[in-house]
Amino acid sequence: MSEVRVLVGTRKGAFVLRSNEQRKDWTVEGPHFPGWEIYHITGTSAAPNRLYVSQSDGWFGQVIQRSDDGGKTWETVSNEFVYDGVPGTHQWYDGSQHPWEFKRVWHLEPSPTDPDSIYAGVEDAALFHSNDGGKTWRELPGLRDVKGNLWQPGAGGMCLHTILLSPDDPKRIFVAISAAGAFRTDDGGTTWRPVNQGLKSEFELPDATAEVGHCVHSITMHPSRPNTLFMQKHWDVMRSDNAGDSWHEVSGNLPSDFGFPIAVHAHEPNTIYVVPITSDSHHFPPDGKLRVYRSRSGGDEWEALTNGLPQSHCYVNVLRNALAVDSLDSCGIYFGTTGGQVYVSADSGDNWMPIVRDLPPVLSVEVQILP
Amino acid sequence: MIQVTLPTHLRVLAQVAGPVELQVDEPITQRAILDALEAAYPMLRGTIRDAATRERRPFIRFFACGEDLSHEPADVPVPPDVAAGKQPFRIIGAMAGG
Repeated sequence: MSEVRVLVGTRKGAFVLRSNEQRKDWTVEGPHFPGWEIYHITGTSAAPNRLYVSQSDGWFGQVIQRSDDGGKTWETVSNEFVYDGVPGTHQWYDGSQHPWEFKRVWHLEPSPTDPDSIYAGVEDAALFHSNDGGKTWRELPGLRDVKGNLWQPGAGGMCLHTILLSPDDPKRIFVAISAAGAFRTDDGGTTWRPVNQGLKSEFELPDATAEVGHCVHSITMHPSRPNTLFMQKHWDVMRSDNAGDSWHEVSGNLPSDFGFPIAVHAHEPNTIYVVPITSDSHHFPPDGKLRVYRSRSGGDEWEALTNGLPQSHCYVNVLRNALAVDSLDSCGIYFGTTGGQVYVSADSGDNWMPIVRDLPPVLSVEVQILP
Repeated sequence: MIQVTLPTHLRVLAQVAGPVELQVDEPITQRAILDALEAAYPMLRGTIRDAATRERRPFIRFFACGEDLSHEPADVPVPPDVAAGKQPFRIIGAMAGG
């Protein structure tokens, strides 16, 4: 029977949740790296027991660790994320230009085929790559050439938080950056272009349809349809059917189209999930009801999934990296909240149960299925 | 031998239980101590000094002999009792919060 391993990053350490295919009874391990902010902990299908973790701290900065035994032991790898050449500047809050300064790693994206190849999305926004398992990092600087001088940090920081490696084209990568937008390379990261046509940000940008500057919160795709992308923007849920060349809104009947994460069902490429949040100033669910919304039509038509989730007095948030799916036949959906709960649904979202209730605020959730 | 004490997070990261002892060539300065520390415990690189600039991270303090040495130039010799191994060079996480 397969083992389900859920990797949870929180404000105060990492936790590993384990179960079997039933996903009813769970063990909780942790905290690992207690006291550190774990923006992301993840694994790779290329070597399931190889894990990477991004730990950071206001005092001690960024540390990257790697495990080759499923998290039993860890070793530090390089934390030297040095921008290529002269770092240049981006727009600052007062309209002036401000030098790029590394702050932390938000997202680690290992290659699904090469265990030593891994990408890192960082704040201030940039993309780094390692081809030696994290021992050295090299920036892909062409990304910041895409009007990087116009990027401006939002309240959450100017972070590169989403990295999608195209499953059918090793040279195609999508990234998303808060308050900058979505970008695509078709040559392995040498050159990039913004893929934001169709996004509208009336309340955030002076030019609502600007080429860059949109606050993209998360993007995702199903591996069987690499040209179909789904996006949770600051406001609006969007869809592209041409690899980001253009987008159209699919918010439909959502109670709010503000939110952070978005995910696709493992076996149904047109079934997607979001967690609506009231607004940019009210980072909690509408009406105090924690509801995951599912669309089986790739957007526009949404149904609330509530069975097992708190439907009164719930004022948590679900952050952009804190929603994940597993690959079991009955697809599991997982999310963590800023209130420290991690919920699981073993039946595609119809029914939910908390795995754990009182962790520190959850920053990231990833799932592995182990033989 | 120079004695260096580390804050909890860095002791865990370096996998040490108490003060570390370092052989440091003279002149014994903050920079020489930190270079020796990072050479002996490479997992600490970037956690005390910025990885790129090698400057002290903003919320790190250096105390010794009852004094705050954080703002001393990195190449000034440390107090004689630290250099003699009688007093530790203390690396501190600055007070924060309310």
